[in-house]
Amino acid sequence: MQNLIRFLIRYHFLLLFILIEALSIFLLIQNNNYQNTKFVDFTRNIKGYFFQQSEKINNYFHLREENQKLAKENVELRNFIEKNLQSHTDTLKTVSDSVYDQQYKYIQANIINNSINKQHNFITIDKGKEDGIKNEMGVISPNGIVGIIRGVSKHFSTAISVLNSELKISAQLKNSGYYGSLNWNARDYRFVQLKDIPLHAKINKGDTIVTSGYSSIFPEGIMIGFIEDYEEKSGRFLEIKVKLANDFKKISNVYVVKNLFRQEKKSLENINENEND
Amino acid sequence: MINRLPRYIIVFIVLVLAQILLFNNIQLSGYLNPYIYILFILVLPFETPKWGLLAAGFILGITIDLFSHTIGMHASATVFMAYLRPHILRNMEPRDGYEPDTEPSIQDYGFAWFLKYSAILTLAHHIFLFYIEVFKFEGFFQTFSRAVLSALMSILVIVLIKIFIRK
Repeated sequence: MQNLIRFLIRYHFLLLFILIEALSIFLLIQNNNYQNTKFVDFTRNIKGYFFQQSEKINNYFHLREENQKLAKENVELRNFIEKNLQSHTDTLKTVSDSVYDQQYKYIQANIINNSINKQHNFITIDKGKEDGIKNEMGVISPNGIVGIIRGVSKHFSTAISVLNSELKISAQLKNSGYYGSLNWNARDYRFVQLKDIPLHAKINKGDTIVTSGYSSIFPEGIMIGFIEDYEEKSGRFLEIKVKLANDFKKISNVYVVKNLFRQEKKSLENINENEND
Repeated sequence: MINRLPRYIIVFIVLVLAQILLFNNIQLSGYLNPYIYILFILVLPFETPKWGLLAAGFILGITIDLFSHTIGMHASATVFMAYLRPHILRNMEPRDGYEPDTEPSIQDYGFAWFLKYSAILTLAHHIFLFYIEVFKFEGFFQTFSRAVLSALMSILVIVLIKIFIRK
């Protein structure tokens, strides 16, 4: 104790200096937008680096499973091509229409950090600004949707996970087309809640829920999950408990979806809204 | 020390006002911005306690910050400079030490001594300030030259003030 006091007295000038300097720089980062973004960028990059290293090691343990999944997806895609090629040979298509333009572009990425046990879960991936990732792009895995990009630095991005009680996604029933809003109630990481489905919609347990494509973040028809259970809420709407197709405890390969028409759609919708005002 | 306190409070206010109203508006070629408020730290008496230096530096810096919307920037640079002051003074001590009842000024220790003393601290302050402003080490030399040129300007103004206004 005496030694500690002696130490404090001896170095009080230096210690006090470090204290006040730290306070100043804390104030600087808190209050100045520019320095704040720089600082957050810096820490995001460092965090990203460490997550990337640990994920590299982690990935080896899941290689087998990932391989199987990729092989399965390959087969599906191959079948899809076959099916489409055949239908094209029937009638010769010469119409050049923007409807047939490529609307979505996919960027492959790996998840390097992921949480499922908080109220607001986030995911970090190893692609960033330099790979063409921007805010509000969708993130999907071969099994279904994962989240939406929220923050981008040079080489990394963070996405707000479907398992985040603040995220709402427009979803629909695959066979009947009724749509509602999908949200997580922050309880069980395997289930999310789909609200605002009208009572007269015919639904069965096990039905598929997919994205609706209204939000221009995700393409239409991306898998979300299956109906586990449903109940009547407030007499007019159904609340459906959806079992997620993705197992958020073990996703690692994802695609970031870039909507090439997003800008066009947004500006058109904005014009409509402005005219209504 | 106590009876001189009102004088230093007046010096503080005058320097802050001069900095905010006059010198913050001088930006030669968008490059050179003299920061003369640090003169306050330079002229504090030799027997100022060390914690007092740091406190004065922080209060002075944060006051300038409040008026130029850069909370923490000038404060950190001025605290850094206040921390260096005792070390510089010890290194530049005359052979028989600092005499009582003297101040770090031209009258008491000569022009060369004061120029060297203010130049070192002003340079340190400006370099710290300009790097904390850009907050990165990209464009290292550009920032460095900006800091040094502004420091030269500040030193010039500070020395002129000390020559013409004998407080």
